[in-house]
Amino acid sequence: MFKILKYSFMDLMRSRWSYVYFLFYLVLGFVLFFLNSNTTKAVITLMNVIILLTPLIGTIFGVMYFYSSREFTELLLAQPLKRSTIFAGQYLGVSFSLSMSLVFGIGIPFVLYGIFTSSAIWDFTTLLFIGAFLTFIFVALSFNIALLFNDKIKGFGFSILLWLFLAVVYDGLFLLSLLIFDDYPLDKLALGATLFNPIDLSRILILLKLDISALLGYTGAVFQKFFGTPLGMMVSFALLSVWVILPVVIMLFQTRKKDF
Amino acid sequence: MIKVKTLHKKYGPVEVLKGVDITFKKGKITAILGPNGSGKTTLMKSILGLVVPQSGSIFIEEKNILGQWDYRSQISYVPQIANFPGNLKVIELIQMIQDIRPGALHHKRLIETFKLKPFLDKKLAALSGGTRQKVNLVLAFMFETPLIILDEPMAGLDPVALILLKDLIAGEKAKGKTILITTHIITLVEEIADKLVFLLDGTVYFYGRVNELKEKTGQINLEKAIAAVLKGTYV
Ligand SMILES: Nc1ncnc2c1ncn2[C@@H]1O[C@H](COP(=O)(O)OP(=O)(O)O)[C@@H](O)[C@H]1O
Ligand SMILES: [Mg+2]
Repeated sequence: MFKILKYSFMDLMRSRWSYVYFLFYLVLGFVLFFLNSNTTKAVITLMNVIILLTPLIGTIFGVMYFYSSREFTELLLAQPLKRSTIFAGQYLGVSFSLSMSLVFGIGIPFVLYGIFTSSAIWDFTTLLFIGAFLTFIFVALSFNIALLFNDKIKGFGFSILLWLFLAVVYDGLFLLSLLIFDDYPLDKLALGATLFNPIDLSRILILLKLDISALLGYTGAVFQKFFGTPLGMMVSFALLSVWVILPVVIMLFQTRKKDF
Repeated sequence: MIKVKTLHKKYGPVEVLKGVDITFKKGKITAILGPNGSGKTTLMKSILGLVVPQSGSIFIEEKNILGQWDYRSQISYVPQIANFPGNLKVIELIQMIQDIRPGALHHKRLIETFKLKPFLDKKLAALSGGTRQKVNLVLAFMFETPLIILDEPMAGLDPVALILLKDLIAGEKAKGKTILITTHIITLVEEIADKLVFLLDGTVYFYGRVNELKEKTGQINLEKAIAAVLKGTYV
């Protein structure tokens, strides 16, 4: 598996788009520091970008890699290798290389601007950690979709829709339901809804880490009560892990039945 | 020896193999013939585990191989369509496969035979179809395996390369290897095949020696015999 991982990783690292992705974060990091002298503010802006962008890029790169490496995959499948080895290797290769772009792209400006001596170091680390989590989650989701559709256009379309749904529509529906059922105590529902969307879950985790949950009003207080505790933190990281593991298991299961 | 038993394969609603039963003899060259879309590639891919059949079984040396993977170390495979990752150089691809599947022996000799030296540093996307097919052949024949599966290996080859390939196949047969081949070049079938399988409508329409098909159809020429088979079913 390690060999497949290595080749997928290098394949992606050599692609122009990986550099673009890396440079984007690099520039973003420097610009943010140039504009805000306050690291906490910079981290919040970064959060908003990372929480939408890492899922989007994970989705797009995942689908693109899957379809464009189809021929090579077929070549590998004819070799004495287990199917799960091949696909797990490719999945890890793509996820690691995207996470590297994120960590180095954002990391370099922050280190240069003295993150190590700043109190925001932990907020910043959490942010990168969650960005990596989201990358692993959405690459797995996109691999699943690509396995489901032989047609590249369909696979691409559905993955973008999935991203759109989890990143934008979900929140909209959620807010709408809060408005409609204004009179009911909805904090439990809100909590539940958050847990089932990895993007929302990540956002709440970071906001609470930054201790600005006051901004969230009453619901925020409920969240603080749950996520603010060590147990809440553990539960949410466990859930993020489930969001990685479950799609990966389903993906490996799907590959067992797939014709190439 | 490869034994295929009542193999069924559907792609969605389309049933391609409807209970294929056949035994490929050890040490023989068997040609798999049949019209386009008759399931020749599907049968080969089932043996390789690239395609997952709905039911039936495949035994290689008495071992059921469906769902297994390590038996593939016994097989060299030349796929029908040689699509490679275009951004790689020829030499990189060869080294990569060697790294992933250790035990390649003959790559140097094969690169020499097919005169691929000048292309080693070229990107695969920049190669002509014939040259790509030669790379495809190197990737398969560089391993020493008792079983060789060739899906239209002549596609795109020039006459010189064709003769080289024929010699290569003859050499492998002399080593006692079991070889499966599909091709549209009928003269080649007459020249090298010991046995012939004719797939039609998802089943084995004919299995036997080349002469037996000629006798069955009353033709003296294999090409005509095959045409007769096809016409017979269309009437
Ligand atoms: N992956 C696939 N998905 C759906 N249909 C397929 C797939 N592969 C082959 N087919 C269909 O199965 C039939 C048999 O194909 P194939 O085995 O390639 O035939 P042959 O090699 O004899 O020309 C064809 O009609 C083809 O369109
Ligand atoms: Mg074919």
